[in-house]
Amino acid sequence: MVAVVNSFLEELANLYLFVIRFFKEVFTPRYELSELAKQCFTIGYKSFPLVAITGFIMGLVLTIQSRPTMAEFGATSWLPAMVAVSIIREIGPVITALIFAGKVGSGIGAELASMKVTEQIDAMEVSGTNPYKYIVVTRVVAATLMLPLLVILGDAVGLYGAYVGVNIKGEVSWTLFWYNVFQKVVFSDVFPALVKTFFFGFSIAIISCYKGYSANSGTEGVGASANSSVVFGSLSIFVIDMLAVQITDLFFTP
Amino acid sequence: MSPTVVEITHLKKSFGSNNVLEDVSLSLVKGENLVILGKSGSGKSVLIKCLIGLLTADDGQINLFEKNIGELDETNLNVMRKRIGFLFQSAALYDSMTVRENLMFPLRELTDSSKQEKDNLVNEALTNVGLLEAIDKMPSELSGGMKKRIGLARALIMKPEILLYDEPTTGLDPITAKEISYLILAIQKKYEAAAIIITHDVECAKITANRIMIIKDGLVKAQGTYQELFQSQDDWVKSFFH
Repeated sequence: MVAVVNSFLEELANLYLFVIRFFKEVFTPRYELSELAKQCFTIGYKSFPLVAITGFIMGLVLTIQSRPTMAEFGATSWLPAMVAVSIIREIGPVITALIFAGKVGSGIGAELASMKVTEQIDAMEVSGTNPYKYIVVTRVVAATLMLPLLVILGDAVGLYGAYVGVNIKGEVSWTLFWYNVFQKVVFSDVFPALVKTFFFGFSIAIISCYKGYSANSGTEGVGASANSSVVFGSLSIFVIDMLAVQITDLFFTP
Repeated sequence: MSPTVVEITHLKKSFGSNNVLEDVSLSLVKGENLVILGKSGSGKSVLIKCLIGLLTADDGQINLFEKNIGELDETNLNVMRKRIGFLFQSAALYDSMTVRENLMFPLRELTDSSKQEKDNLVNEALTNVGLLEAIDKMPSELSGGMKKRIGLARALIMKPEILLYDEPTTGLDPITAKEISYLILAIQKKYEAAAIIITHDVECAKITANRIMIIKDGLVKAQGTYQELFQSQDDWVKSFFH
Protein backbone atom coordinates (compact mmCIF):
# COMPACT_ATOMS: atom_id res chain seq x y z
CA MET A 1 0.00 0.00 0.00
CA VAL A 2 2.81 2.39 0.98
CA ALA A 3 4.60 1.56 -2.27
CA VAL A 4 1.47 2.38 -4.28
CA VAL A 5 1.04 5.74 -2.52
CA ASN A 6 4.76 6.49 -3.00
CA SER A 7 4.56 5.65 -6.68
CA PHE A 8 1.43 7.81 -7.11
CA LEU A 9 3.05 10.78 -5.36
CA GLU A 10 6.23 10.35 -7.37
CA GLU A 11 4.21 10.32 -10.60
CA LEU A 12 2.36 13.45 -9.49
CA ALA A 13 5.64 15.22 -8.65
CA ASN A 14 7.12 14.29 -12.03
CA LEU A 15 4.00 15.54 -13.82
CA TYR A 16 4.25 18.80 -11.84
CA LEU A 17 7.89 19.25 -12.92
CA PHE A 18 6.89 18.44 -16.50
CA VAL A 19 4.22 21.16 -16.42
CA ILE A 20 6.62 23.69 -14.86
CA ARG A 21 9.12 22.94 -17.60
CA PHE A 22 6.41 23.59 -20.20
CA PHE A 23 5.79 27.11 -18.86
CA LYS A 24 9.54 27.79 -18.81
CA GLU A 25 10.02 26.61 -22.40
CA VAL A 26 6.88 28.04 -24.01
CA PHE A 27 7.86 31.70 -23.54
CA THR A 28 11.55 31.43 -24.42
CA PRO A 29 12.91 31.34 -28.00
CA ARG A 30 13.43 29.49 -30.22
CA TYR A 31 9.76 29.29 -31.33
CA GLU A 32 8.94 26.27 -33.45
CA LEU A 33 6.25 27.97 -35.52
CA SER A 34 6.29 25.66 -38.54
CA GLU A 35 5.99 22.59 -36.31
CA LEU A 36 3.22 24.34 -34.36
CA ALA A 37 1.31 24.99 -37.60
CA LYS A 38 1.78 21.35 -38.62
CA GLN A 39 0.49 20.16 -35.24
CA CYS A 40 -2.51 22.53 -35.42
CA PHE A 41 -3.37 21.00 -38.78
CA THR A 42 -2.96 17.43 -37.50
CA ILE A 43 -4.67 17.97 -34.15
CA GLY A 44 -7.37 20.41 -35.22
CA TYR A 45 -8.31 20.04 -38.86
CA LYS A 46 -7.97 16.26 -38.97
CA SER A 47 -10.14 15.85 -35.84
CA PHE A 48 -13.01 17.93 -37.21
CA PRO A 49 -14.87 15.18 -39.15
CA LEU A 50 -15.05 12.99 -36.02
CA VAL A 51 -16.13 15.92 -33.84
CA ALA A 52 -18.75 16.95 -36.41
CA ILE A 53 -20.28 13.45 -36.67
CA THR A 54 -20.36 13.11 -32.88
CA GLY A 55 -21.80 16.61 -32.46
CA PHE A 56 -24.57 16.02 -34.99
CA ILE A 57 -25.63 12.73 -33.39
CA MET A 58 -25.40 14.26 -29.91
CA GLY A 59 -27.76 17.13 -30.86
CA LEU A 60 -30.17 14.86 -32.69
CA VAL A 61 -30.37 12.22 -29.95
CA LEU A 62 -30.61 14.72 -27.11
CA THR A 63 -33.54 16.41 -28.85
CA ILE A 64 -35.37 13.15 -29.58
CA GLN A 65 -34.84 11.89 -26.01
CA SER A 66 -35.96 15.15 -24.41
CA ARG A 67 -39.16 15.57 -26.45
CA PRO A 68 -41.42 13.14 -24.47
CA THR A 69 -40.64 14.79 -21.12
CA MET A 70 -41.05 18.28 -22.55
CA ALA A 71 -44.34 17.20 -24.18
CA GLU A 72 -45.59 15.94 -20.83
CA PHE A 73 -45.31 19.50 -19.51
CA GLY A 74 -46.61 21.00 -22.76
CA ALA A 75 -43.29 22.70 -23.30
CA THR A 76 -42.14 21.34 -26.68
CA SER A 77 -41.66 24.90 -27.89
CA TRP A 78 -38.84 25.18 -25.33
CA LEU A 79 -37.03 22.24 -26.87
CA PRO A 80 -34.59 24.24 -29.07
CA ALA A 81 -33.60 26.52 -26.17
CA MET A 82 -33.21 23.69 -23.68
CA VAL A 83 -31.10 21.58 -26.02
CA ALA A 84 -28.99 24.60 -27.03
CA VAL A 85 -28.21 25.50 -23.42
CA SER A 86 -27.34 21.87 -22.62
CA ILE A 87 -25.07 21.56 -25.63
CA ILE A 88 -23.30 24.90 -25.21
CA ARG A 89 -22.86 24.81 -21.45
CA GLU A 90 -21.95 21.21 -20.83
CA ILE A 91 -22.48 18.41 -23.30
CA GLY A 92 -20.68 20.00 -26.27
CA PRO A 93 -17.43 20.84 -24.46
CA VAL A 94 -17.29 17.61 -22.44
CA ILE A 95 -18.19 15.18 -25.24
CA THR A 96 -15.88 16.95 -27.72
CA ALA A 97 -13.06 16.90 -25.16
CA LEU A 98 -13.61 13.19 -24.51
CA ILE A 99 -13.52 12.46 -28.25
CA PHE A 100 -10.40 14.64 -28.44
CA ALA A 101 -8.76 12.71 -25.58
CA GLY A 102 -9.52 9.44 -27.35
CA LYS A 103 -8.22 10.52 -30.75
CA VAL A 104 -5.52 13.11 -30.11
CA GLY A 105 -4.46 12.08 -26.57
CA SER A 106 -3.88 8.46 -27.49
CA GLY A 107 -2.11 9.53 -30.69
CA ILE A 108 0.28 11.85 -28.86
CA GLY A 109 0.92 9.27 -26.10
CA ALA A 110 1.67 6.49 -28.58
CA GLU A 111 3.77 8.69 -30.91
CA LEU A 112 5.98 10.07 -28.16
CA ALA A 113 6.34 6.68 -26.47
CA SER A 114 7.35 5.19 -29.80
CA MET A 115 9.91 8.00 -30.29
CA LYS A 116 11.21 7.34 -26.79
CA VAL A 117 11.65 3.58 -27.14
CA THR A 118 13.26 3.90 -30.59
CA GLU A 119 15.72 6.45 -29.13
CA GLN A 120 14.54 9.28 -31.42
CA ILE A 121 14.15 11.62 -28.44
CA ASP A 122 17.63 10.64 -27.21
CA ALA A 123 18.95 11.33 -30.73
CA MET A 124 17.55 14.87 -30.60
CA GLU A 125 19.02 15.37 -27.14
CA VAL A 126 22.54 14.20 -28.01
CA SER A 127 22.60 16.45 -31.07
CA GLY A 128 22.33 19.42 -28.72
CA THR A 129 18.77 20.34 -29.74
CA ASN A 130 15.81 20.68 -27.39
CA PRO A 131 13.35 17.83 -27.97
CA TYR A 132 10.99 19.10 -25.25
CA LYS A 133 10.46 22.38 -27.05
CA TYR A 134 10.12 20.78 -30.48
CA ILE A 135 7.91 17.84 -29.49
CA VAL A 136 6.05 18.73 -26.29
CA VAL A 137 5.57 22.51 -26.43
CA THR A 138 4.23 22.48 -30.00
CA ARG A 139 1.73 19.69 -29.32
CA VAL A 140 0.46 21.17 -26.05
CA VAL A 141 0.04 24.67 -27.53
CA ALA A 142 -1.67 23.24 -30.62
CA ALA A 143 -4.09 21.16 -28.53
CA THR A 144 -4.84 24.11 -26.20
CA LEU A 145 -5.70 26.33 -29.17
CA MET A 146 -7.48 23.77 -31.32
CA LEU A 147 -9.89 22.20 -28.81
CA PRO A 148 -11.89 25.42 -28.23
CA LEU A 149 -12.25 25.81 -32.01
CA LEU A 150 -13.40 22.22 -32.33
CA VAL A 151 -15.89 22.74 -29.50
CA ILE A 152 -17.36 25.82 -31.26
CA LEU A 153 -17.67 23.88 -34.53
CA GLY A 154 -18.97 20.79 -32.69
CA ASP A 155 -21.60 22.90 -30.89
CA ALA A 156 -22.71 24.44 -34.20
CA VAL A 157 -23.08 21.03 -35.84
CA GLY A 158 -24.77 19.72 -32.66
CA LEU A 159 -27.33 22.54 -32.85
CA TYR A 160 -27.97 21.67 -36.49
CA GLY A 161 -28.57 18.06 -35.30
CA ALA A 162 -31.02 19.47 -32.76
CA TYR A 163 -32.83 21.38 -35.55
CA VAL A 164 -33.16 18.12 -37.50
CA GLY A 165 -34.34 16.34 -34.31
CA VAL A 166 -36.97 18.99 -33.57
CA ASN A 167 -38.34 18.65 -37.09
CA ILE A 168 -38.69 14.85 -37.00
CA LYS A 169 -41.91 15.01 -35.00
CA GLY A 170 -42.71 18.68 -35.27
CA GLU A 171 -42.41 21.59 -37.59
CA VAL A 172 -40.13 24.44 -36.63
CA SER A 173 -38.73 26.78 -39.24
CA TRP A 174 -34.98 27.49 -39.45
CA THR A 175 -35.54 31.09 -38.35
CA LEU A 176 -37.82 30.20 -35.45
CA PHE A 177 -35.40 27.53 -34.24
CA TRP A 178 -32.51 30.00 -34.03
CA TYR A 179 -34.77 32.70 -32.58
CA ASN A 180 -35.70 30.30 -29.75
CA VAL A 181 -32.06 29.35 -29.23
CA PHE A 182 -30.78 32.93 -28.98
CA GLN A 183 -33.67 33.97 -26.76
CA LYS A 184 -32.28 31.73 -24.02
CA VAL A 185 -28.56 31.40 -24.66
CA VAL A 186 -26.70 34.26 -22.95
CA PHE A 187 -23.09 35.34 -22.45
CA SER A 188 -22.79 33.45 -19.17
CA ASP A 189 -23.65 30.22 -21.00
CA VAL A 190 -21.05 30.67 -23.73
CA PHE A 191 -18.05 32.33 -22.06
CA PRO A 192 -17.32 29.96 -19.13
CA ALA A 193 -17.98 26.95 -21.35
CA LEU A 194 -15.45 28.22 -23.87
CA VAL A 195 -12.83 29.12 -21.28
CA LYS A 196 -12.85 25.66 -19.72
CA THR A 197 -12.11 24.06 -23.11
CA PHE A 198 -8.66 25.72 -23.14
CA PHE A 199 -7.95 23.91 -19.87
CA PHE A 200 -9.36 20.66 -21.27
CA GLY A 201 -7.07 20.90 -24.30
CA PHE A 202 -4.04 21.74 -22.18
CA SER A 203 -4.60 18.93 -19.68
CA ILE A 204 -5.22 16.28 -22.36
CA ALA A 205 -2.07 17.22 -24.27
CA ILE A 206 0.26 17.70 -21.30
CA ILE A 207 -0.80 14.38 -19.74
CA SER A 208 -0.40 12.56 -23.07
CA CYS A 209 3.01 14.14 -23.68
CA TYR A 210 4.12 13.27 -20.15
CA LYS A 211 2.97 9.66 -20.51
CA GLY A 212 4.71 9.32 -23.88
CA TYR A 213 7.88 11.14 -22.84
CA SER A 214 8.32 8.96 -19.76
CA ALA A 215 7.42 5.66 -21.45
CA ASN A 216 9.23 2.47 -20.51
CA SER A 217 11.14 0.49 -23.10
CA GLY A 218 9.42 -1.90 -25.46
CA THR A 219 6.18 -2.07 -27.39
CA GLU A 220 4.35 -2.76 -24.14
CA GLY A 221 5.40 0.70 -22.98
CA VAL A 222 3.91 2.28 -26.13
CA GLY A 223 0.55 0.57 -25.56
CA ALA A 224 0.55 1.47 -21.88
CA SER A 225 1.33 5.11 -22.67
CA ALA A 226 -1.47 5.39 -25.22
CA ASN A 227 -3.88 3.76 -22.81
CA SER A 228 -3.00 5.82 -19.76
CA SER A 229 -3.01 9.02 -21.86
CA VAL A 230 -6.68 8.44 -22.66
CA VAL A 231 -7.63 7.29 -19.15
CA PHE A 232 -5.96 10.15 -17.25
CA GLY A 233 -6.78 12.70 -19.96
CA SER A 234 -10.48 11.81 -19.74
CA LEU A 235 -10.38 11.82 -15.96
CA SER A 236 -8.80 15.27 -15.97
CA ILE A 237 -11.68 16.57 -18.12
CA PHE A 238 -14.21 15.63 -15.44
CA VAL A 239 -12.10 17.06 -12.62
CA ILE A 240 -11.61 20.37 -14.48
CA ASP A 241 -15.31 20.41 -15.41
CA MET A 242 -16.30 19.96 -11.78
CA LEU A 243 -14.07 22.88 -10.73
CA ALA A 244 -15.26 25.02 -13.67
CA VAL A 245 -18.90 24.50 -12.73
CA GLN A 246 -18.21 25.60 -9.16
CA ILE A 247 -16.34 28.71 -10.32
CA THR A 248 -19.00 29.55 -12.92
CA ASP A 249 -21.67 29.15 -10.27
CA LEU A 250 -19.79 31.57 -8.04
CA PHE A 251 -19.41 34.33 -10.63
CA PHE A 252 -22.26 33.96 -13.13
CA THR A 253 -25.28 32.69 -11.18
CA PRO A 254 -27.42 35.47 -9.74
CA MET B 1 51.41 14.65 -29.62
CA SER B 2 47.67 14.83 -30.35
CA PRO B 3 45.51 16.46 -27.69
CA THR B 4 43.30 14.33 -25.44
CA VAL B 5 39.64 14.87 -26.27
CA VAL B 6 38.05 12.36 -23.88
CA GLU B 7 39.28 11.43 -20.42
CA ILE B 8 37.23 9.13 -18.21
CA THR B 9 38.46 8.28 -14.73
CA HIS B 10 37.06 5.64 -12.34
CA LEU B 11 33.56 5.73 -13.80
CA LYS B 12 30.89 3.85 -11.87
CA LYS B 13 27.26 3.31 -12.79
CA SER B 14 24.65 0.99 -11.35
CA PHE B 15 20.93 0.41 -11.85
CA GLY B 16 19.49 -0.64 -8.49
CA SER B 17 21.64 -3.49 -7.23
CA ASN B 18 23.08 -4.16 -10.70
CA ASN B 19 26.58 -2.66 -10.92
CA VAL B 20 26.99 -2.14 -14.65
CA LEU B 21 30.22 -0.15 -14.61
CA GLU B 22 32.49 -0.92 -11.64
CA ASP B 23 35.57 1.13 -12.44
CA VAL B 24 36.28 2.23 -15.98
CA SER B 25 38.99 4.67 -17.01
CA LEU B 26 40.00 5.56 -20.55
CA SER B 27 41.37 8.35 -22.67
CA LEU B 28 41.03 9.19 -26.34
CA VAL B 29 43.22 11.46 -28.42
CA LYS B 30 42.28 13.49 -31.51
CA GLY B 31 41.99 11.34 -34.63
CA GLU B 32 42.07 8.02 -32.76
CA ASN B 33 39.57 5.17 -33.23
CA LEU B 34 39.02 3.35 -29.92
CA VAL B 35 36.97 0.18 -30.11
CA ILE B 36 35.31 -1.04 -26.93
CA LEU B 37 34.62 -4.75 -27.12
CA GLY B 38 32.56 -6.76 -24.70
CA LYS B 39 29.75 -9.22 -24.35
CA SER B 40 26.15 -8.07 -24.45
CA GLY B 41 25.19 -6.48 -21.13
CA SER B 42 28.79 -5.69 -20.18
CA GLY B 43 28.03 -1.96 -19.90
CA LYS B 44 29.47 -0.71 -23.21
CA SER B 45 26.40 1.28 -24.25
CA VAL B 46 25.96 2.63 -20.73
CA LEU B 47 29.52 3.93 -20.93
CA ILE B 48 28.90 6.09 -24.01
CA LYS B 49 25.49 7.20 -22.75
CA CYS B 50 27.26 8.49 -19.62
CA LEU B 51 29.85 10.12 -21.87
CA ILE B 52 27.23 12.10 -23.83
CA GLY B 53 25.21 12.95 -20.71
CA LEU B 54 22.16 10.78 -21.45
CA LEU B 55 22.87 8.94 -18.19
CA THR B 56 24.42 10.38 -15.05
CA ALA B 57 27.36 8.46 -13.60
CA ASP B 58 27.24 7.47 -9.91
CA ASP B 59 30.91 8.21 -9.43
CA GLY B 60 34.02 9.12 -11.40
CA GLN B 61 34.77 11.94 -13.78
CA ILE B 62 34.23 12.49 -17.49
CA ASN B 63 36.22 15.22 -19.22
CA LEU B 64 35.34 16.23 -22.75
CA PHE B 65 37.75 18.68 -24.38
CA GLU B 66 39.25 19.13 -20.89
CA LYS B 67 35.91 20.12 -19.31
CA ASN B 68 34.23 18.04 -16.62
CA ILE B 69 30.73 17.36 -17.98
CA GLY B 70 29.42 16.76 -14.46
CA GLU B 71 29.92 20.46 -13.76
CA LEU B 72 28.18 21.71 -16.91
CA ASP B 73 24.62 23.05 -16.87
CA GLU B 74 22.21 21.96 -19.60
CA THR B 75 23.04 24.89 -21.90
CA ASN B 76 26.78 24.26 -21.76
CA LEU B 77 26.27 20.52 -22.06
CA ASN B 78 24.30 21.14 -25.25
CA VAL B 79 27.12 23.36 -26.56
CA MET B 80 29.49 20.46 -25.89
CA ARG B 81 27.15 17.98 -27.58
CA LYS B 82 27.29 19.97 -30.82
CA ARG B 83 30.93 18.88 -31.10
CA ILE B 84 29.97 15.21 -30.83
CA GLY B 85 28.20 12.92 -33.31
CA PHE B 86 26.30 9.86 -32.11
CA LEU B 87 25.24 6.88 -34.20
CA PHE B 88 22.62 4.85 -32.36
CA GLN B 89 22.35 1.09 -32.61
CA SER B 90 18.91 1.46 -34.22
CA ALA B 91 20.04 4.57 -36.18
CA ALA B 92 17.13 6.39 -34.42
CA LEU B 93 16.01 8.27 -37.54
CA TYR B 94 13.03 10.58 -36.96
CA ASP B 95 10.38 8.51 -38.67
CA SER B 96 7.99 11.39 -39.37
CA MET B 97 10.66 13.18 -41.42
CA THR B 98 12.28 12.47 -44.78
CA VAL B 99 16.01 11.77 -44.98
CA ARG B 100 16.59 15.42 -45.98
CA GLU B 101 14.59 16.68 -42.98
CA ASN B 102 16.41 14.26 -40.66
CA LEU B 103 19.74 15.76 -41.69
CA MET B 104 18.39 19.28 -41.84
CA PHE B 105 16.97 19.11 -38.29
CA PRO B 106 20.18 19.81 -36.29
CA LEU B 107 21.25 22.44 -38.84
CA ARG B 108 17.89 24.20 -38.61
CA GLU B 109 17.90 24.10 -34.81
CA LEU B 110 21.53 24.91 -34.12
CA THR B 111 22.90 27.06 -36.92
CA ASP B 112 22.07 30.31 -38.68
CA SER B 113 23.34 29.16 -42.07
CA SER B 114 21.43 30.04 -45.23
CA LYS B 115 19.19 27.47 -46.90
CA GLN B 116 21.76 27.04 -49.67
CA GLU B 117 24.53 26.31 -47.15
CA LYS B 118 22.32 23.82 -45.32
CA ASP B 119 21.41 22.09 -48.58
CA ASN B 120 25.09 21.84 -49.48
CA LEU B 121 25.94 20.31 -46.09
CA VAL B 122 23.11 17.77 -46.41
CA ASN B 123 24.24 16.82 -49.92
CA GLU B 124 27.86 16.53 -48.76
CA ALA B 125 26.97 14.29 -45.79
CA LEU B 126 24.81 12.03 -47.96
CA THR B 127 27.51 11.84 -50.62
CA ASN B 128 30.01 10.79 -47.95
CA VAL B 129 27.86 7.80 -47.04
CA GLY B 130 26.95 7.09 -50.70
CA LEU B 131 23.21 7.65 -50.35
CA LEU B 132 22.44 10.93 -52.09
CA GLU B 133 19.67 9.24 -54.07
CA ALA B 134 17.74 8.50 -50.85
CA ILE B 135 17.40 12.19 -49.94
CA ASP B 136 13.61 12.36 -50.29
CA LYS B 137 12.80 8.92 -48.89
CA MET B 138 11.11 8.26 -45.56
CA PRO B 139 13.00 6.09 -43.01
CA SER B 140 10.37 3.35 -43.42
CA GLU B 141 11.47 2.97 -47.07
CA LEU B 142 15.10 2.26 -46.14
CA SER B 143 16.86 -1.03 -45.42
CA GLY B 144 18.76 -1.61 -42.13
CA GLY B 145 22.12 -0.82 -43.75
CA MET B 146 20.75 2.33 -45.40
CA LYS B 147 19.32 3.51 -42.07
CA LYS B 148 22.75 3.08 -40.46
CA ARG B 149 24.37 5.11 -43.25
CA ILE B 150 21.77 7.88 -42.97
CA GLY B 151 22.22 7.83 -39.18
CA LEU B 152 25.94 8.23 -39.78
CA ALA B 153 25.34 11.10 -42.22
CA ARG B 154 23.20 12.81 -39.57
CA ALA B 155 25.93 12.28 -36.97
CA LEU B 156 28.44 13.89 -39.37
CA ILE B 157 26.32 16.86 -40.41
CA MET B 158 27.66 19.21 -37.71
CA LYS B 159 31.25 18.16 -38.52
CA PRO B 160 31.86 16.70 -35.05
CA GLU B 161 35.25 16.34 -33.39
CA ILE B 162 34.23 13.12 -31.64
CA LEU B 163 32.05 10.35 -33.05
CA LEU B 164 30.37 7.75 -30.86
CA TYR B 165 29.16 4.58 -32.56
CA ASP B 166 26.83 2.28 -30.64
CA GLU B 167 26.95 -1.18 -32.24
CA PRO B 168 27.32 0.14 -35.81
CA THR B 169 27.24 -3.30 -37.45
CA THR B 170 24.69 -5.12 -35.28
CA GLY B 171 21.77 -6.60 -37.20
CA LEU B 172 23.46 -6.25 -40.59
CA ASP B 173 24.55 -8.98 -43.00
CA PRO B 174 28.36 -9.60 -43.12
CA ILE B 175 28.82 -7.70 -46.40
CA THR B 176 26.93 -4.60 -45.28
CA ALA B 177 28.63 -4.81 -41.86
CA LYS B 178 32.02 -4.74 -43.59
CA GLU B 179 30.92 -1.79 -45.76
CA ILE B 180 29.90 0.15 -42.65
CA SER B 181 33.22 -0.68 -40.97
CA TYR B 182 35.19 0.63 -43.96
CA LEU B 183 32.95 3.69 -44.03
CA ILE B 184 33.87 4.39 -40.38
CA LEU B 185 37.53 4.12 -41.34
CA ALA B 186 37.07 6.45 -44.33
CA ILE B 187 35.31 9.00 -42.12
CA GLN B 188 38.16 8.89 -39.62
CA LYS B 189 40.60 9.72 -42.39
CA LYS B 190 38.45 12.43 -43.96
CA TYR B 191 37.27 14.26 -40.83
CA GLU B 192 40.20 13.42 -38.50
CA ALA B 193 37.62 13.01 -35.72
CA ALA B 194 38.26 10.82 -32.70
CA ALA B 195 35.82 7.92 -32.36
CA ILE B 196 34.64 5.45 -29.75
CA ILE B 197 33.14 2.39 -31.39
CA ILE B 198 31.07 0.12 -29.16
CA THR B 199 30.75 -3.33 -30.66
CA HIS B 200 30.95 -7.07 -30.12
CA ASP B 201 31.84 -7.58 -33.79
CA VAL B 202 35.53 -8.57 -33.90
CA GLU B 203 35.69 -8.07 -37.68
CA CYS B 204 34.50 -4.47 -37.25
CA ALA B 205 37.11 -3.98 -34.51
CA LYS B 206 39.85 -5.37 -36.75
CA ILE B 207 38.99 -2.95 -39.57
CA THR B 208 38.37 0.22 -37.57
CA ALA B 209 40.47 0.12 -34.40
CA ASN B 210 43.67 1.95 -33.63
CA ARG B 211 43.27 0.62 -30.11
CA ILE B 212 40.88 -1.89 -28.52
CA MET B 213 39.61 -2.00 -24.95
CA ILE B 214 37.78 -5.06 -23.65
CA ILE B 215 35.21 -4.65 -20.88
CA LYS B 216 34.11 -7.52 -18.67
CA ASP B 217 31.72 -7.22 -15.71
CA GLY B 218 32.05 -3.44 -15.65
CA LEU B 219 35.85 -3.48 -15.54
CA VAL B 220 38.53 -2.97 -18.18
CA LYS B 221 39.79 -6.50 -18.80
CA ALA B 222 42.43 -5.77 -21.42
CA GLN B 223 43.55 -3.18 -23.92
CA GLY B 224 45.97 -2.85 -26.81
CA THR B 225 46.12 -3.02 -30.57
CA TYR B 226 44.23 -5.73 -32.45
CA GLN B 227 47.46 -7.72 -32.94
CA GLU B 228 48.42 -7.51 -29.27
CA LEU B 229 45.03 -8.73 -28.09
CA PHE B 230 44.86 -11.37 -30.82
CA GLN B 231 48.06 -12.87 -29.39
CA SER B 232 46.95 -12.56 -25.76
CA GLN B 233 47.39 -15.63 -23.56
CA ASP B 234 44.39 -14.76 -21.39
CA ASP B 235 41.69 -17.42 -21.99
CA TRP B 236 38.80 -14.97 -21.83
CA VAL B 237 40.45 -12.54 -24.26
CA LYS B 238 41.39 -15.44 -26.52
CA SER B 239 37.76 -16.59 -26.61
CA PHE B 240 36.86 -13.28 -28.22
CA PHE B 241 39.34 -13.53 -31.06
CA HIS B 242 39.49 -17.24 -31.88
